[in-house]
Amino acid sequence: MKPSLFDYCSPTSVGEVVAALVADPGAMILAGGQSLVPAMNLRLASPTRLIDLKNVADLADIQVDNGVIKIGAMVRHRDLELNDEVYAANPLIRKMMRFVAHVPIRNCGTVVGSLCHADAAAEMPLLLVLTGGTVTAVGPDGSRDIAAKDFFQFHMTTSRAPDEMIVRANIPVLADGAGYAFHEFARRQGDYAIAAAGATVSLDGDNRVTRARVGACGVASTPVLLEAVEQAITGAQLSQSTIADAAEKAKDAVTAPDDMHASTGYRKHLLAGLVRRVLGEAGQRAAGGAIK
Amino acid sequence: MNRIAGNTAEQSADPTQLTRMTVNGETVEREVSVRMLLSDFLRHELGLTGTHVGCEHGVCGACTVMINGRSGRSCLTFAVQADGADIRTIESVADENGDLHTLQEAFRDCHALQCGYCTPGMIMNILSHLEADDEIDLSDEGIRELLSGNLCRCTGYANIIKAVRQAADTGNWNRT
Amino acid sequence: MSTRMFGAPVKRNADSKFLKGEGAFVDDIPLPGVKHAAFVRSPFARAHIKSIDTSAAAAHPGVLAVYTCDNIGPLDIEMPLLIPHESMTDARTQRPLARNDVYYVGQTVAMVVAVDRYVAEDAALLIEVDYEPLDVELDLEAAVRDGAPLVHATHPNNVAADFNQICGDPSAGYAEAEHVTRIQIQVDRSTSAAMECRAVAARFDPITGELIVWDTTQAPISVRGGLASILQLDEDKVRVVAPDVGGGFGQKVLLFYPDELLVPYAAMQLGSPVKYIEDRRENFIGSSQERTQIHMIQLHAKKNGEVVALKDFFLHDTGAFIPYGIAVAQVASTSIAGPYRIPNIEVRFQAVYTPTVPVTPYRGCGRPQSCFAIERAMDQLAEDLGLDRFEVRRRNLITENQFPYVREGLLFADGLRVSLDSGQYHKALDMVHDSIGADDFPAQQEAARAEGKYLGLGLAYYVEGTGLGPYEGGHIKIHPITGKVYVNTGLSGQGQGHETVFAQIVADQLGVAVEDVILTEGDTGAYDWGVATFASRAAVVSGNAIYKTARIVRGQTITAAANMLEADPEQIELRDGAAWIIGGNRNVPLAAVATATNPLRYAFNDAAQAATQFAPASRHDGPPLDEGQHPGLEATDYYSPECATWAYGVHGAIVEVDPDTCSVKIRKYVCIHDCGNMINPVIVDGQVMGGLAQGFGGALMERIEYDADGNPTNANFVDFLIPYATEIPDVDIQHLETPSPLNPLGVKGVGEAGCIAVGATVASGVADALSSLGGHKFHHTPITPSMIFDAINPS
Repeated sequence: MKPSLFDYCSPTSVGEVVAALVADPGAMILAGGQSLVPAMNLRLASPTRLIDLKNVADLADIQVDNGVIKIGAMVRHRDLELNDEVYAANPLIRKMMRFVAHVPIRNCGTVVGSLCHADAAAEMPLLLVLTGGTVTAVGPDGSRDIAAKDFFQFHMTTSRAPDEMIVRANIPVLADGAGYAFHEFARRQGDYAIAAAGATVSLDGDNRVTRARVGACGVASTPVLLEAVEQAITGAQLSQSTIADAAEKAKDAVTAPDDMHASTGYRKHLLAGLVRRVLGEAGQRAAGGAIK
Repeated sequence: MNRIAGNTAEQSADPTQLTRMTVNGETVEREVSVRMLLSDFLRHELGLTGTHVGCEHGVCGACTVMINGRSGRSCLTFAVQADGADIRTIESVADENGDLHTLQEAFRDCHALQCGYCTPGMIMNILSHLEADDEIDLSDEGIRELLSGNLCRCTGYANIIKAVRQAADTGNWNRT
Repeated sequence: MSTRMFGAPVKRNADSKFLKGEGAFVDDIPLPGVKHAAFVRSPFARAHIKSIDTSAAAAHPGVLAVYTCDNIGPLDIEMPLLIPHESMTDARTQRPLARNDVYYVGQTVAMVVAVDRYVAEDAALLIEVDYEPLDVELDLEAAVRDGAPLVHATHPNNVAADFNQICGDPSAGYAEAEHVTRIQIQVDRSTSAAMECRAVAARFDPITGELIVWDTTQAPISVRGGLASILQLDEDKVRVVAPDVGGGFGQKVLLFYPDELLVPYAAMQLGSPVKYIEDRRENFIGSSQERTQIHMIQLHAKKNGEVVALKDFFLHDTGAFIPYGIAVAQVASTSIAGPYRIPNIEVRFQAVYTPTVPVTPYRGCGRPQSCFAIERAMDQLAEDLGLDRFEVRRRNLITENQFPYVREGLLFADGLRVSLDSGQYHKALDMVHDSIGADDFPAQQEAARAEGKYLGLGLAYYVEGTGLGPYEGGHIKIHPITGKVYVNTGLSGQGQGHETVFAQIVADQLGVAVEDVILTEGDTGAYDWGVATFASRAAVVSGNAIYKTARIVRGQTITAAANMLEADPEQIELRDGAAWIIGGNRNVPLAAVATATNPLRYAFNDAAQAATQFAPASRHDGPPLDEGQHPGLEATDYYSPECATWAYGVHGAIVEVDPDTCSVKIRKYVCIHDCGNMINPVIVDGQVMGGLAQGFGGALMERIEYDADGNPTNANFVDFLIPYATEIPDVDIQHLETPSPLNPLGVKGVGEAGCIAVGATVASGVADALSSLGGHKFHHTPITPSMIFDAINPS
């Protein structure tokens, strides 16, 4: 189980990376390699050239700036997870990060790499969708920001052009007073989710939901926002029955593919249960309650 | 204990790149095929065969080493990526006289290994947590979480959990 | 005598080297100039090979050789059938490299040898094989129907073997019964998944003519014999070494895997060392697997729960070939009545060819399936008759005064009768009942349900025939220089701690420290009489052989020491590495005794000089060695069991099913276990816990998946789910020690015990937990979340 032959370069600037992408359509970017290298070892991916980002300056920076957490392309999962400034700005991130594989993988794998890999069951793409974040792409013609909902096209497919490099991800901080929650179910700890759901909820003085974002992964070809659920709770108080009714709407909003780990029916059932849990927990947090 | 092997003649026609890194405190410099995995580099170029290979897709953790002080999968890292890095393998854990580290001693005391194949990766993963001064949660659940990411097919983990607790108790590690 | 080592929790002799990364696994052995093998494997479950074009691969830089069935000389054969049996006709075995046809995805078609594994894999991809795919049937029940596509044209309905066994008078039992419980159960396919995949390395020395093969095999002596035979070499020119091996669990004993023949052959052909290091994907598609059986079991009982007859028919999936014979199915069929008296048994199986990886024993070997069948049926019988699950078992358990309990008519996998030798079956059941808290459980269950939580109590009993023959040997020699004790046996270890437990046995007999007993096993260059490591047999068969041998060497040592000390043998005790006069200070070190028993001795060291201070070790006239006498303290002896010895145990669990996630949490798990006298209780616990973990995997997660075309779809560690530490619960392991009357040490095997009853216990618990939600019975493992969802949300 060894990778096929490739050329290798380790440029020192984003410009050189982009130039290398332009020069070789079969080239791929190597950041942490935690998704790419297993695929290469299994010869499911055989890039003609690897462009290693390790020598490109400043890509490992994390900045919290103007309400946005900026995560460079070489920021490892573990760095983001342990960063206290990030935790203060958006505690959802640490919460979700604990579900990304295991520590040795998080030590090496990068957040942006995970976004570009775009596994439909992965946590980081859901984070970007749930928070309404963006990625910044640099190509031969300059740079552009791509919104999460436009970025993820299909399982393992994004709207990044072949000659573009994603230089950073931009994740909004958590709104003041918003409650958050994330729950995931996998058959084995650290595995890709069978289904996972996350939510952020803001309440008014009457504990009515003023703003809700609810998303899920593992249940469609990309991470999805569950708008029907959001609508069902917006303006309402989060009673058990409201939550239960809203969570049921999640089932119709997803395709929930049938695979060896879960049938469609089970996956939808699971999703509804997870949505119930995150709505309850996010609502409680927003209302200032303690979460066990 | 320095057991790094000398240079061996290059055999394949693969393009190579001069790669330099620190391994167990010693600087090594080799021409390596750009597709050579760090696991193969350590094992077959340097002769450090204590790092084992169990799946080559990152799930089993047998190949775990320390890369710049943190645990990582040597099977998911190309040797050329580790150019300039500081690598530690299981061969560096016992002391110069070959006496076992507190953690290794705890494994022996608790019968925390059977076939011994997953053991080096387990040790390197646990050690990276202990040495990073991470707060170690010594509840069963906490230790299980710390160990998850390393498969063992022999022990059922119970004795490994005991060994981690013993090592943390005797080794004055940061813990909760 | 110093503290007895037998039964003590001695730390293992082997651990330090493993902990320091100094183990010597096959791929760790330095072989300068070694070349690497990679295989081309069939991408089809069943196909004709129309042509193979190796030219591009052969021309690829770095490639030394490409082999197909056309250029492997004496290896182009059907490989041996290990255990012939009357129930099989024309048993099919695999060829090292496919000729004309392929029978499963992963079957070896060609082998490349190149300068490194990377290049070998490149070249393997350049080999063009033109296949004509054929129809396949993957479903076991469909495969035996008329008209199903055949794996082998020679075998109608894909039936490889059909075997019926009868104990007692089943018809009389059926007539006597007042109730019949009938269920169908299924256990799915799994795999050993040892952390080290298989590996073979070989070096041929053209000057001495010696072929050395390092092999992860559990059966080095048999591999040596086969290689010598097929390659037409003298046996003493072939040395097979099983060095440190990273787990086996059954998969590493098969004669032969293709690489075990092809790698030595290539090393001889090419004049340089060659190695094949199986990768994880290959382990999933090329190395044997086990488990799929579908049982239709009937319990014919009296109204009081007493089972008077058992009838079972089952289908056993044997994969594309049946190299191991019917062993797995035979073990399943002869274990089917469990720990129960059941006097009348009719058990029949059909072994069925399917176009999948061949099936050979994986830890448990048919027992998890038969345990699942009988125990799920006992639960159902209890429900049918309105009896408590413990009570229905109590009414059927063999009692202590009924041992040995012979099941006349059933022949175990060793061809010998089934005779359960000893046990305290009732006591074990009572222990699990109390430890799991069975009396309090109904109230807990009811209270939990009121809170929307679903708790269940699971229960399963098993028996395990262990320590199969025909024999093993032990060889012991006390070294004259160091006084250390060198021990050999023919089987090999994969992490079980043989080097420690065998040393404990010897240490007691010779009065030496455990660490001064040095075991070499699995090396035909050191010792080459014996069988192999399987069937939980090492402690029983090699352990007793080594014990018997140690007794002989003990006698030699005492006689010689008595002569040297001019005392009676009865006055001599062996302790602390020396022979002492009881109650006195006079002693002679074992090294000196060993030296003195050699008529030619040079004063190399203190021991040799010390030896001269004593009287002669042997008192006889005539030549230095008396007739029949041999130099030194050394002996070889053998142990050959008259039949298997039967270990047993019972598991209890409290499980919780989360109806939202449809997942199972084990809240409490108790394992009562009896393997007779324990040589080292810590190692026994380790074996049991390791088996339990594989049991939990099989109960809830591990299943080899094939699509309808026969493609394996989870041939990796991402999708074949082996539990991490986070998926294994705490287990309360408790022991009974009922000695086996069959062997001098009173031991029974333990290697496979842990895994056998877990599936049945977990299923029993899950069914109990969800009994108020539709009453699904969970007669199929692994129990997946989707299955639980279907059970509580019937469509």
